[in-house]
Amino acid sequence: METWNYIEYAAWGLSALFGLFLVVDWLKIDSTYSEDVLTSSREGELEAMTEESHKG
Amino acid sequence: MADFDITSGERDGMGPHGTKVGLLRVLGPAHVWALGVGIVLVGEYMGWNFAVGKGGAYAALIACWFAGILYTCVAMIDSEVTSTVAAAGGQYTQAKHIVGPLMAFNVGLYLVFAYTMLEAANAITAGYLISVVATMTGYTGELDQRPFIILVIMFLAWLNYRGVLATLTFNLVITAIAFAAIIMLFLSTSGILGGGIMQHAALFEGHELPYGWIGVLASMHFGLWYYLGIEGTTQAAEEVRSPARALPFGTLAGIMTLLIAATLTWYICSGVLPWEFLGDGVNGSVAPLFDTARLSGSNALIWFLGFGTLFATLASANGCINDASRAWFAMGRDKYLPAWFGAVHPKYRTPYRAIIFLVPIALIFALGAPLDQVITFSILSGLLEYTFMPLNIILFRKKWPMGSIKRGYEHPFHPLPAIVLLTLCGITFFAVFLGYGTQLVAMIGFYIVVSLWFHFRRYRYVDRGAQFTMPWPKPQGY
Repeated sequence: METWNYIEYAAWGLSALFGLFLVVDWLKIDSTYSEDVLTSSREGELEAMTEESHKG
Repeated sequence: MADFDITSGERDGMGPHGTKVGLLRVLGPAHVWALGVGIVLVGEYMGWNFAVGKGGAYAALIACWFAGILYTCVAMIDSEVTSTVAAAGGQYTQAKHIVGPLMAFNVGLYLVFAYTMLEAANAITAGYLISVVATMTGYTGELDQRPFIILVIMFLAWLNYRGVLATLTFNLVITAIAFAAIIMLFLSTSGILGGGIMQHAALFEGHELPYGWIGVLASMHFGLWYYLGIEGTTQAAEEVRSPARALPFGTLAGIMTLLIAATLTWYICSGVLPWEFLGDGVNGSVAPLFDTARLSGSNALIWFLGFGTLFATLASANGCINDASRAWFAMGRDKYLPAWFGAVHPKYRTPYRAIIFLVPIALIFALGAPLDQVITFSILSGLLEYTFMPLNIILFRKKWPMGSIKRGYEHPFHPLPAIVLLTLCGITFFAVFLGYGTQLVAMIGFYIVVSLWFHFRRYRYVDRGAQFTMPWPKPQGY
């Protein structure tokens, strides 16, 4: 086995770790928070606030 | 309501429309620059040189500057519109507010395809570069590139998932190194620092325009490579602290950086590499800046440009994940796609479902599709997007004339940039048709089919009133 073979295995392993983190965290977040909170983002909040400030 | 600051740590991203968890407003102009230039700079390291193969070195320079004009128009128009429509989704959101839902749906798809395909192309390139490094370090076997391709996509997806500030700070550092490498190569090979190795006169003699003016036209297709992706700065609109200042500043500084980088790249490479070798990006010069460094005879330059090539590739893939996920997220938020995609991570404040959803798609294209087809699909989607921009700005100025709403930046000489952009897009479509007519027709067919699906099936689910949340006056004439 050469060094580059070990690097290949390391790349496979790291890829799996990053993938695992993404999936575990995704499932954890989805089960902890309600859909109402997670999808509450609305565009134009800053602009609306600026308008409010002008009116205020 | 007027007493609190939306950019404060306490309130940011949360406002009067009921947002409980929004994207985090933490970015500055430097991050916008890093996003735009980071996506593009890989085009200086590889890809642009196909323009030399199509029409010779002078044709590549003409394409470089004409495409530079095209993208300067793109940057100016984008800066004006997006500093006003400062929301995730960029051109998709612009189209939704200014043109209409069907245009917005199409533009959203152009964005997602252009960036996801480019991400896949960058991952393939990174895998190839690592195999070159293995060969250079004496490895004699056949390196399996797949784990490295997958690692690039998984690592960058993880970085994007964990937060936009770290993602774009990482891009800022690696993009700055990649740009500095081009400057250093120019200084070292042009004779400013040490002896010069430029041979422009000798290399060009008898090969000024080997295929005549039709070669110049054909090279326009690859001239786009010098700048393709600078319009991606708009996707940061909802995450910058001051959209009206940061977006125009970052975008315009970005296009200036790229004009310098593109011209220097052409000057360096065409003065050292014969045009036949330079213009063959498959069997000749795959990475022309790196090849030029190798001919310089300096080991320090070889390593610097080697890292520059790899960093430019990673920065591009990183920016693409950021941009594709914002476009997908914005479409989900408006229910143009299932609302499930419009979720924001409560801790990291990123569009986490959009980021995760696009990972397998990028992997499929990176592992299963040929590089040239992936790149062509990306370029064509980008070109369709640029064609929409002039129509967009003309309608924007017509519906909301100057003074009717507050703009962060007002681009000069309107409608001249829009007309120039439309003309150059027309020329580039013709150039693309010459080389990739079948793909162009197939892709337009694809967008027509999905448009029909959106019109007849999907639009019924869109909450038509809720999608327009900008506090603007009614457009003129309505």
